[in-house]
Amino acid sequence: MWTSLKRLYHKMGSPKWFYEISTRWSPWFLLVGSALMLTGVVWGLAFAPADYLQGNSFRIIYIHVPASLLSQSAYIMMAAAGLVGLVWKMKMSFVVAKVIAPIGASLAIMSLLTGAIWGKPTWGTWWVWDARLTSMLILLFLYFGVIAIYNAIENEEMANKAAGILAIVGSINIPIIKYSVEWWNTLHQPATITMTKKPTMAPEMFIPLLLTIIGFYCWFAVWVFARTRNELLWRERRTKWVKNLVINAPTNSGAHQ
Amino acid sequence: MALEYLPDTDLSSKPLLCARGLYCERDDRVLFKDLNFDLSSGQIVRLAGPNGAGKSSLMRILLGLSASYEGALYWHEQDMARALYDFRSDLLYIGHDVGVKSNLTPEENLAWSCPNVTKQDIYGALKRVGLSGFEDLLTHGLSAGQQRRVALARLFLSSKELENKSLWILDEPFTAIDKHGVADLEQVIVNHAQQGGLVILTTHHDLSVPVKTIMLGQTQKASL
Amino acid sequence: MNGSMKALFKRDMLLAFRSRGDLLNPLMFFLMVASLFPLAVSPDPLFLGQIAPGVIWVGALLATLLSLDLLFKSDFEDGSLEQMLLMPQPTLLMVIVKVLVHWLVAGLPLAFIAPLLGLMLGLPSGGFAPLMATLLLATPILSLLGAIGAGLTVGLRKGGMLMPLLILPLYIPVLIFASSAVQAGVLGNSYVGHMAFLGAYLALTLVVAPVATASALRISIAR
Repeated sequence: MWTSLKRLYHKMGSPKWFYEISTRWSPWFLLVGSALMLTGVVWGLAFAPADYLQGNSFRIIYIHVPASLLSQSAYIMMAAAGLVGLVWKMKMSFVVAKVIAPIGASLAIMSLLTGAIWGKPTWGTWWVWDARLTSMLILLFLYFGVIAIYNAIENEEMANKAAGILAIVGSINIPIIKYSVEWWNTLHQPATITMTKKPTMAPEMFIPLLLTIIGFYCWFAVWVFARTRNELLWRERRTKWVKNLVINAPTNSGAHQ
Repeated sequence: MALEYLPDTDLSSKPLLCARGLYCERDDRVLFKDLNFDLSSGQIVRLAGPNGAGKSSLMRILLGLSASYEGALYWHEQDMARALYDFRSDLLYIGHDVGVKSNLTPEENLAWSCPNVTKQDIYGALKRVGLSGFEDLLTHGLSAGQQRRVALARLFLSSKELENKSLWILDEPFTAIDKHGVADLEQVIVNHAQQGGLVILTTHHDLSVPVKTIMLGQTQKASL
Repeated sequence: MNGSMKALFKRDMLLAFRSRGDLLNPLMFFLMVASLFPLAVSPDPLFLGQIAPGVIWVGALLATLLSLDLLFKSDFEDGSLEQMLLMPQPTLLMVIVKVLVHWLVAGLPLAFIAPLLGLMLGLPSGGFAPLMATLLLATPILSLLGAIGAGLTVGLRKGGMLMPLLILPLYIPVLIFASSAVQAGVLGNSYVGHMAFLGAYLALTLVVAPVATASALRISIAR
């Protein structure tokens, strides 16, 4: 048990292994993710019943909610990857953390934009200091900090470690920030409509949402894999396996199967 | 870590600091690889090599300030990670930037870096580096050489009865020191080694006593 | 062990008082930021009294950010920080000593000058006690969290620009609870719950921040 875990750890630490595995898995994630997204979006947009209060405008949740959820979990993943990199000195894990930062920030922006579009018909204004939107804005700020560290520190190893520490501190703070923003919101705006009402959601609305959430996760994996492979090729450009890969490039498709 | 290093059977020459298979690269350039050495008390060791050969990188690795290397270090035959407290208790380091605050007097500067000594000891040490009369003046009135001497006064406070620092690591200690001072400083270093201390230093100054040299930059030459 | 930390504390306090100007800068900044609001928005005392808790607390956050450069920068530049990281005692202790000094010379004075700003901004009388109380309790949090940012950016030339980006989001819970505590005081409500939250947050940062700062410093010094 222990030795096989150890072997797995060493495998995961190997860029070549990660490159090969992610090349093999990416198409499957893409396929499953696209199928789920297609089903979920068509179901949600065309067949799910309209909300009795908000009419059709609620349908943006099929993008908004997955983007928000994923943006939050991406931050935690980034912090976890940073922690693994710092504690077990696994360079591979730093690569993943670095790659996640801009993806997570884009998802946060997507969540804020769809939130604003949703807000217009619901509240009659693009921006309201709603608890969820405010938390998402602060999450975006946390991403900005991590991205700024990567940009500011030239030495790659230092940048990875520093960003890892910041992400870990940020992820410890996320629940506290969420709690205090929600508390602040109830203090100032006790009567706003909350955006998502999961407990009261009808199953015809909820199941397509679930599908799009899982679909988003699959797409996210494809995105992370693609960027990680990119980064790996650059970092390992002097190694044998990358050189072999480049030399064999035209006939490379399926070479690993 | 496997037991790559087998302790010497001769107890009298037990090494203090050992390096096994040190490897360091910077900006995709290998600075040194498979570097092994045993340093024991009584030695004066000079890190040498051309500019950019990795002298200061090696020094920072030995100090534990840089983690970007592979290989193993042992202090008193104990893995460095476990011996860190002992190592640092025994260490006196004077770097390129000496850490002397211009807003403090020489006496105050030494008081925080040598917390185990009395004011009399500090005054004595400052006298040895030619700074008597300056003890209570703010350091920013002193010349660059005098400011370095404030840091060098720590060498006189490192004996067993005072701070008890057996390992000295000195980065270019002769910089900005006049001729007379250089001879004095050299004598201090030799005395420390004779009393069972270990001195590791980088310097462009040729010492008049025999020293052990760790030559860096050889791998590079071989491959060219 | 205690001896060298005491010596370090003494040294840092001495240094702080030898360069008093550096200490006064954040205070003057605090005063100036607060006086911008009546000029920019309205001098109406009723209105000012309403925004005073928030304005004073935002000013305190910004003034703290301004003073964080004092924490490690000069020690990094002249090599003292290397010496501190090579002390046999855990780096953690060194960080705690330095944060304590930072709080004593940069955080604590904010709490004492804040009532003056309260007067200038027409803070209703019920707000003064919670203003002082929250500043006393929460400025240590600002110093602790700020130390992480200072440690991460100490080796960077443009670190001063970067620090607010890293640290401000982490200050948000403090801002929310502290300024609402003052508002609660103004309205004559109890602010015990707010203080309890701030106390808990202080306890958490006391555990997390020194560890994070110590590792940040080790990374920054590794060049």
